Amino acid sequence: MAVKSKTPYTLQRRKVVQRILEDRGDAAVVTGIGNAVHDVASANDDPKNMYLAGIMGGAAMVAFGVALAQPKRRILVITGDGELLAGIGSLATIGVEQPKNLSIIVIDNQAYGATGNQHTHTGRGVDLVGIAAASGFKKTALITTEAELEAELPRIHNQPGPYFAVVKVVSKTSPRINAPKDGTYVSRRFRAAVTGESA
Amino acid sequence: MVSKKSKSWHWSQDVHQLFKKIGIKQIAYVPDGGLARLIERVQADKSMRSVVLTTEEEGVAQMAGAWLGGQRGVLLTQSGGVGNCINMLSMMQECRIPLLSLVSMRGEWGEQYPWQVPMGQSTIPALEAAKVIVHHVDQAEKVPETVEAAAKLAFDANRAVAVVLSQRIAGSGGQG
Repeated sequence: MAVKSKTPYTLQRRKVVQRILEDRGDAAVVTGIGNAVHDVASANDDPKNMYLAGIMGGAAMVAFGVALAQPKRRILVITGDGELLAGIGSLATIGVEQPKNLSIIVIDNQAYGATGNQHTHTGRGVDLVGIAAASGFKKTALITTEAELEAELPRIHNQPGPYFAVVKVVSKTSPRINAPKDGTYVSRRFRAAVTGESA
Repeated sequence: MVSKKSKSWHWSQDVHQLFKKIGIKQIAYVPDGGLARLIERVQADKSMRSVVLTTEEEGVAQMAGAWLGGQRGVLLTQSGGVGNCINMLSMMQECRIPLLSLVSMRGEWGEQYPWQVPMGQSTIPALEAAKVIVHHVDQAEKVPETVEAAAKLAFDANRAVAVVLSQRIAGSGGQG
């Protein structure tokens, strides 16, 4: 069933992601499949962006592997609620491992936006913030307004983690961006930018 | 190091030393009886980070991230977990990212538990369908050299490689 009723949320996903990434510094970003790729690419096609346009449910653990390998750098996950739900066990693994430099940001439109806005579990009572907190994330936040986003930005980028936030956004798909799609290209560009080595 | 001719020799000690030599920094696993002695060794080694997973595909994603961040890792899994990994392995294929994996078999040599047989018999075809290169080994003495060859193929030639350890080496692997 597609989402028909309007949610009470007003934040626009693309503006939210652009605002978060304005303050990224030298952080590396791993996206989940779907609209998150386009949200991140529309902000800036930074070489330190790894666009995962497949492997649904894998974004948090790819970022976790990068976080262990790059302990001095902040690693941000920008993903959707559907993608995160597909790898929900990752929150338990990351909660146990406590990577200080990892922040997971879920852009939650309560729908599978890339496939026709069918409901996800987050619009039907599943509380991702609660799951992350119960899994041992050091700091969690539910963001529903611009003021809350502004207040949370320093923690997103600097709070010793693992950090987890859900940003509730309107369920409206933004235009697609011509982000690089080829995995060998994007992955080697990312690795070279993050490690300073060529593959 | 204990000689291979000694009764106390176990393949896991040579494989652990190999991991150190080639600079493995991340080990991700879901426990299995056939890999238990290797897991004990790597867990005790502070030069590498051991991560317990809730399900094996998390480890495939973590290994991709390790490489993206400039480190080498190894995924340890029982054959039953291979089926969980298939979609995630598309990252190795699409991005041509190295994967070194050790897979301990159930459902083949001398298996007594019928529920282990379906996935055990599907393990190698499933890996090959996901374009993972398989090195099957059924003698303990050959495990270290096989892992060394697989590591070169993985990290020097940027390929996904699984060393599949026969149940003949690992034993029954536990109950059920």
